[in-house]
Amino acid sequence: MSELPKILSANWGKPNSTKLETYLAAGGYKAAEKALGMEPGKVAQEVLDAGLRGRGGAGFPAGRKWTFMPKDSRPRYLCVNADEGEPGTFKDRDIMRFDPHMLIEGIIIACWAMQANNSYIYIRGEFAEPADILEKALDEAYAKGYLGDKIFGKDFSLKVWVHRGAGAYECGEETALIESLEGKRGQPRIRPPFPPQRGVFNMPTTVNNVETIASVPFILKEGVAAYRKYGTEKSPGTKLFCISGHVNKPGVYELPLGFPLMKLIAEVAGGMKDGMKLKAVIPGGSSTPVLRAEECQNVNLDYESLAAAGSMLGSGAVIVIGEGTCMVKLLEILARFYAHESCGQCTPCREGCGWAAQIAKRIHEGDAEIKDIDVLYSVGEQMLGRTICPLADAAACPIMTFTSKFRAEFEAHIKNRGCPQAKAYPVEFK
Amino acid sequence: MGLEFNDSAKKELERIKARYPERQAALLPALYLAQREFGYVSDEAIKYLAQVLELPKSRIYGVASFYTMFNKKPVGKYFIQVCANISCAMMGADGLFDYLSSKLGIKEGETTKDGKYTLCKVECLGACGEAPMMQVNEKYYGPLTREKVDKILSELK
Ligand SMILES: Cc1cc2nc3c(=O)[nH]c(=O)nc-3n(C[C@H](O)[C@H](O)[C@H](O)COP(=O)(O)O)c2cc1C
Ligand code: SF4
Ligand code: FES
Repeated sequence: MSELPKILSANWGKPNSTKLETYLAAGGYKAAEKALGMEPGKVAQEVLDAGLRGRGGAGFPAGRKWTFMPKDSRPRYLCVNADEGEPGTFKDRDIMRFDPHMLIEGIIIACWAMQANNSYIYIRGEFAEPADILEKALDEAYAKGYLGDKIFGKDFSLKVWVHRGAGAYECGEETALIESLEGKRGQPRIRPPFPPQRGVFNMPTTVNNVETIASVPFILKEGVAAYRKYGTEKSPGTKLFCISGHVNKPGVYELPLGFPLMKLIAEVAGGMKDGMKLKAVIPGGSSTPVLRAEECQNVNLDYESLAAAGSMLGSGAVIVIGEGTCMVKLLEILARFYAHESCGQCTPCREGCGWAAQIAKRIHEGDAEIKDIDVLYSVGEQMLGRTICPLADAAACPIMTFTSKFRAEFEAHIKNRGCPQAKAYPVEFK
Repeated sequence: MGLEFNDSAKKELERIKARYPERQAALLPALYLAQREFGYVSDEAIKYLAQVLELPKSRIYGVASFYTMFNKKPVGKYFIQVCANISCAMMGADGLFDYLSSKLGIKEGETTKDGKYTLCKVECLGACGEAPMMQVNEKYYGPLTREKVDKILSELK
């Protein structure tokens, strides 16, 4: 696999990869210097031309998002979303703990493009180690004059702070993140106004994922064509894929977008664990539609190919499920998760997530009737598109796709009055 | 006499406040500080924060109760949190939890009598490539086996 491009993970594994000197030796901060010599609008245009799409889940073009920032005299903010809470996702953590300066350089470039003088990195509370590493890297960058007043000799100041969340998945949603940053409960805001009009502290704000921002320095340094050399026409560049579950070598791998899913499993991730047969894959994090093994065969890991297969690229969290795994149990876990994380503002989400969790549990225990499978499905359906934020849709997705694609398994639980398998999973703790 | 930060924590609070244009934004970091200094976020701690941040007590309480990482009651010296979400579950998280539970002689949410360990199940910790995994205080451990758990516990003094 030596031919795989390394943009985001280029410095991982080097000794002292978190240190400024390591980053500088690899040509670090040259992109920031170059960007600050350009018109801010031109910088955003480069990122737009490179086709960089948001890596937080929705895939919105980053360069375009930046142009939504109004050009009035109010202070502008960049919030970097390091909440990384979607089950199956663990890539932003590696960027931060292995190469924090790549993120910081990306922040400098993005802030210049938007003429934002302030940035908060909102990091999930459990990530104490990456947060410490980031703080140290920020100190180094301040000491070098890359952050602070008049950076790179320009009449431009930039302050960056790390802000720790405190254990709420919902705070990864951008308006909940903003509320949380303001010291409030992490409950999403009704839009409009959108964050660029009124975001954190009522000021123009852009929220971008860690990986999105960390992809920016390469684009500025090497150019649009170099970035577009990787990936597909509509999904250019590389992406970090987090592969977990029943494979021999789970982990984070940087791959060009459009990489075949089966090749990721079979070659990059070392094949199925203990020669297990593939049963299903959740390709983009817990809130993307599950694919049966036969649906995975010709899927490529890019936004379009996954959409064509009826799923989503999401956060790039590929959860591999081996034969012998109880799908009802997995749905029970996911439904419980969303019920736990719903912020409770919208009735369809609060009630729907709660019901779904209860019904899924009852079906797994066999304490249900066949019609409960339909009830479960319709609970999911009724949560779609009626809420303040997309968490309800995220929760509905596994509910609807698990019950429809693995219906026979749900029925078997009911007929058998309990899980027909001796163990829910083929792997045991040893 | 209620609770009060010591001088160095007071200075830290001032540095925290300076990072934000609005007072309330300092609340999450201040709650972390209180938890570190006082062990957990007690009613007394909330009363103190209300005073120093000039915010209503009820608002602080509302915020503290929304976030799972603020402990409203004391936890053991070693707070063990086992991930129970999808990728860890598929790799044996239940077995890991049961192993810890029987080894420590406590159930979910309990603390050992000597106050040394608290054991909990939590949702995805964002380290699913290391499944099954757990967090002890601020440190992540994974992928875990019985042998590794034994070693980790034996090193926690
Ligand atoms: C419930 C929920 C949780 C989310 N969690 C995250 C997260 O942990 N990290 C993230 O970057 N985006 C998350 N998002 C997406 C953000 O709202 C937002 O779209 C993203 O940060 C934008 O960044 P991007 O354009 O760079 O992708 C979440 C969305 C929802 C609805
Ligand atoms: S959809 Fe759910 S999580 Fe989102 S705002 Fe409504 S209740 Fe909160
Ligand atoms: S599922 Fe356990 S860390 Fe993500």
